[in-house]
Amino acid sequence: MAGSGVAHLRGDEALLRVEDLVVEYRTSAGVVQAVSKVSFDVLPGETLGIVGESGCGKSTTGRAVLRLDTVTSGRIRFRERAIEDLDEREMRALRREMQMIFQDPVGSLNPRRPVRELVVEGLDIAGASRKEQEAAAGRVLAAVGLSDERFRDLLPRRLSGGQAQRVAIARALAVEPQLLICDEPVSALDVSVQAQILNLVEDLKRDLGLTVVFIAHDLNVVRTVSDRVLVMYLGKLCEFGTPEAVYAYPAHPYTRALLDSVPQPDAVDGFSGPALEGDLPSPLSPPTGCRFRTRCPRADELCASEEPQVAEVRPGQFAACHHPLPVPEVPTGSGDAALPIPVPVPVPARSTA
Amino acid sequence: MTEPLLLVSHLHMHIGSARGAVRAVDDVSLAIGAGQALGVVGESGSGKSMLARAIMGLLPPRAVRSGSILFEGRDLMALPVKQQRDLWGKRIGMVFQDPGRSLNPVVRVERQLTEGMRRHLGVGRAEARTRAVTLLDEVGVPDPERRLGNYPHQMSGGMRQRVMLAIALACEPDLLIADEPTTALDVTIQRQILDLLRRVQRSRGMAMMLISHDLSVVAGRTDRVAVMYAGRLAETGATREVFAAPRHRYTHALLDATPTLHQERHARLRVIEGSLPDPTAPPPGCRFHQRCTAAVEGCAGGPIEMESVGVDHRIACLNPVVTSHLVGAGGAHDGR
Ligand SMILES: Nc1ncnc2c1ncn2[C@@H]1O[C@H](COP(=O)(O)OP(=O)(O)OP(=O)(O)O)[C@@H](O)[C@H]1O
Ligand SMILES: Nc1ncnc2c1ncn2[C@@H]1O[C@H](COP(=O)(O)OP(=O)(O)O)[C@@H](O)[C@H]1O
Ligand code: SF4
Ligand SMILES: [Mg+2]
Ligand SMILES: [Mg+2]
Repeated sequence: MAGSGVAHLRGDEALLRVEDLVVEYRTSAGVVQAVSKVSFDVLPGETLGIVGESGCGKSTTGRAVLRLDTVTSGRIRFRERAIEDLDEREMRALRREMQMIFQDPVGSLNPRRPVRELVVEGLDIAGASRKEQEAAAGRVLAAVGLSDERFRDLLPRRLSGGQAQRVAIARALAVEPQLLICDEPVSALDVSVQAQILNLVEDLKRDLGLTVVFIAHDLNVVRTVSDRVLVMYLGKLCEFGTPEAVYAYPAHPYTRALLDSVPQPDAVDGFSGPALEGDLPSPLSPPTGCRFRTRCPRADELCASEEPQVAEVRPGQFAACHHPLPVPEVPTGSGDAALPIPVPVPVPARSTA
Repeated sequence: MTEPLLLVSHLHMHIGSARGAVRAVDDVSLAIGAGQALGVVGESGSGKSMLARAIMGLLPPRAVRSGSILFEGRDLMALPVKQQRDLWGKRIGMVFQDPGRSLNPVVRVERQLTEGMRRHLGVGRAEARTRAVTLLDEVGVPDPERRLGNYPHQMSGGMRQRVMLAIALACEPDLLIADEPTTALDVTIQRQILDLLRRVQRSRGMAMMLISHDLSVVAGRTDRVAVMYAGRLAETGATREVFAAPRHRYTHALLDATPTLHQERHARLRVIEGSLPDPTAPPPGCRFHQRCTAAVEGCAGGPIEMESVGVDHRIACLNPVVTSHLVGAGGAHDGR
C-alpha cells in the first residue's frame, strides 16, 4: 500500500484536489504521520469513497480538507482557492461551501438546542434573519424527511440514531454547501436505519447536485455509494479507481485482502479468499518502503527498500504497489454463488535487482 | 432426536427501570445440539446480549427471569447459585464484544488465564502455566510465553480478543457463547478471529452460540440461526435456508436493506421505515407490524406463535414471504 504520487489526479475540472497531503500528530510517544503524502481529487457531482481500517487516516484526511487539523504539508485546492493560503476569516467563509458530518450523530449536536434551532445554527452564525432561518429550517427538514411537526421542538437526546443523523445532515445542508464530507455517517446505525441514510445521501446528491466525500470502513457501503474509491492503509494511498474495477479486479494486494476479509454467506467457509496474517504495525514506526509489506503475500526486497509510487495499472485504475495483481481470469466477487470463486494465486514477482 | 445440549423454553427476562419493565427477552425458545453452532442475529436493542446473559445467569440489577434453561437436562434456573457458577467457566464459556472491558486491566494475562483452570480443574500452578501456553498457541498468539507476562493494554484489540477466547476455552467448555466477538475489530482482524472461532469450534466439537448484528458474520459460520426482533424470536432454521429463503417479513426486509459487495453503483437499498418499538411498551401482536409493509389484519392483534414452515424452520409471521424457488437453487438472496 503504501505509496505516494499523483498519477491518478484528473486535472482541472476537479472541485477538490488534494496533493501530497501530510498530517502529523505529536503524541507523548513520538510523532505520528497520520496521513503521509496522500493525493486525490473529486469531480463535481461525484462521490468519492475513502475506505480502510481504523487508524489509516480517513478521518484525518477529511478534517484536513476543512483545516480542522493543522496540515503539515501538501496542497489542498477547492475550486480555484488554495486552502493553505487562506486566513481564518476566509476559511470560515469557505467552510460554508464544505460541510462535514460525523459518525456519532447525537454527540455532534448541541444537547440543549431543539431541532429547529440546531439545523440553522450555521445560518444564525452567518447573521441570517429569523425569517430566513425559519424558511431554511422548513426546507432542510423536509429534505431529510423530518418535516413532521413533532421533530421541530425535540432535543437531540430524544432522537433515535437515524433521526439524529438526519438532523446533522439537515444542518449541513442549511448553508447550501457544494461539498459534503461524511465521516462514517452510518457506522453507528442499525442496518435498517443505515439504508435510510444511504438512500438519503444519494437523493440529496442527485437533487442538489452535491459533491460527496464518503468515508467508511465498511466495504459494502462504500461500494453502493461511490463513483470512485480510494483505499488507504496506515496513512498511505493503496488504490484508486471505479468501484466496479477495484472490487472485481483489485490491483493492490491490500485491497484484495480487505475484500477477502468481508464475510460472504455463500463462499466456502464464509470468505472468498485467504486471510491476511499479522496485526497492523504501529503508526509511530511504520515499515520502510511499502507500509503494507509486513503483511503482504507478494512482498520482496524491493518493497522493503523503496516506496512504491501510484501508477496506472489498467485504464482508470491506479495502485501504489511494486507488484500489482493481474486481472484474474474469472472476476472474483462476481456475485454468482453457483461458481466456485477462484482465488488468484499470488505469484510474487521476485525482484532480482 | 437426542436431547439437545441446551434447551431454552419460554424464557423471559424483564428489567426494572424508571419507565417501567424493559421486556428485553420475551418468550424465547431455542435449542442447541452438542457440537452445533447457532447464530443469533438482530439489530441493536433486540435483546441478543440479554438473552446470553439470561442463559448465563449474569443478570443486570432488577432483572427477573422466568421460563426454563435446560443444560444437559438440568434446569440452570433451579440450580443453587454456587452450582450455576461452577457451570459457567467450566462447561459454558463466554466471550464478550469488548475485550478491553472484560479483561482485568491490572492483572497479567497469565493469572487471568490460569485462574479458572486452577479453580475448576484443580490443576497446579506449573501445569496451569503449561496449559496456558498451549492455549495461547491454539488461538494464534505469537510468542505465548512472553505474552503471559503482559497486561491487556500492552496488546492490540485482536490479540486481546484471542486472549479472551483462550480464557473462555481454558476449561474445555461444551458450549461457547460469543457475544459480538468481532464487532470492535477491523475487518482483516475480524476475519482472523472468525476463522479461529470456527476452527476451534470444529476441532473441539464444541457447541457455540454466535451473536452478531451482522447477518453475514453469522451466515458463513453457523449451522442454525435465530433472528431476534424487539425481544422476540422472528425466525429460526438452518442458516443457509433462512438466508436464502427467509419467510418472516422482518428477516426478508433486513436482508434486502443490507448492502453487499456486488451491489450496483447507486443502487437503492430497501428501507425499513421507523425504528425499534419502545421496549417498555412493545405493541401487541407482531412486534414488527408497525414497520411491516405486508401487515394484514391480525398482525396488530393477539400473540403470534412460532409455527413450522419446513424442516426445522419456524417463523412467527401471519403473512409470510412466499417462496417459489427451491432452497439451494439460488434465488432471492444469492450473492449475499
Ligand atoms: N441494565 C439494563 N437495564 C434496563 N434495560 C436494559 C439494560 N440492559 C439492556 N437493556 C435493554 O434491553 C433491551 C435489549 O438489550 P440488549 O443489550 O440485549 O440488546 P442487543 O441485541 O444485545 O443490542 P446490541 O446489538 O446493541 O448489543 C434493550 O431495549 C436495552 O435498552
Ligand atoms: N488528535 C490526535 N492526536 C494524536 N494522534 C491522532 C489524533 N487523531 C488521530 N490520530 C492518529 O492518526 C492516525 C489516523 O487516525 P484517523 O484519521 O482517525 O484514522 P481513521 O479515521 O482512518 O480511523 C491514527 O494512528 C491515530 O491514532
Ligand atoms: S507487493 Fe510490495 S509494494 Fe505491493 S503491496 Fe506488497 S509489499 Fe507493498
Ligand atoms: Mg475515523
Ligand atoms: Mg449486545
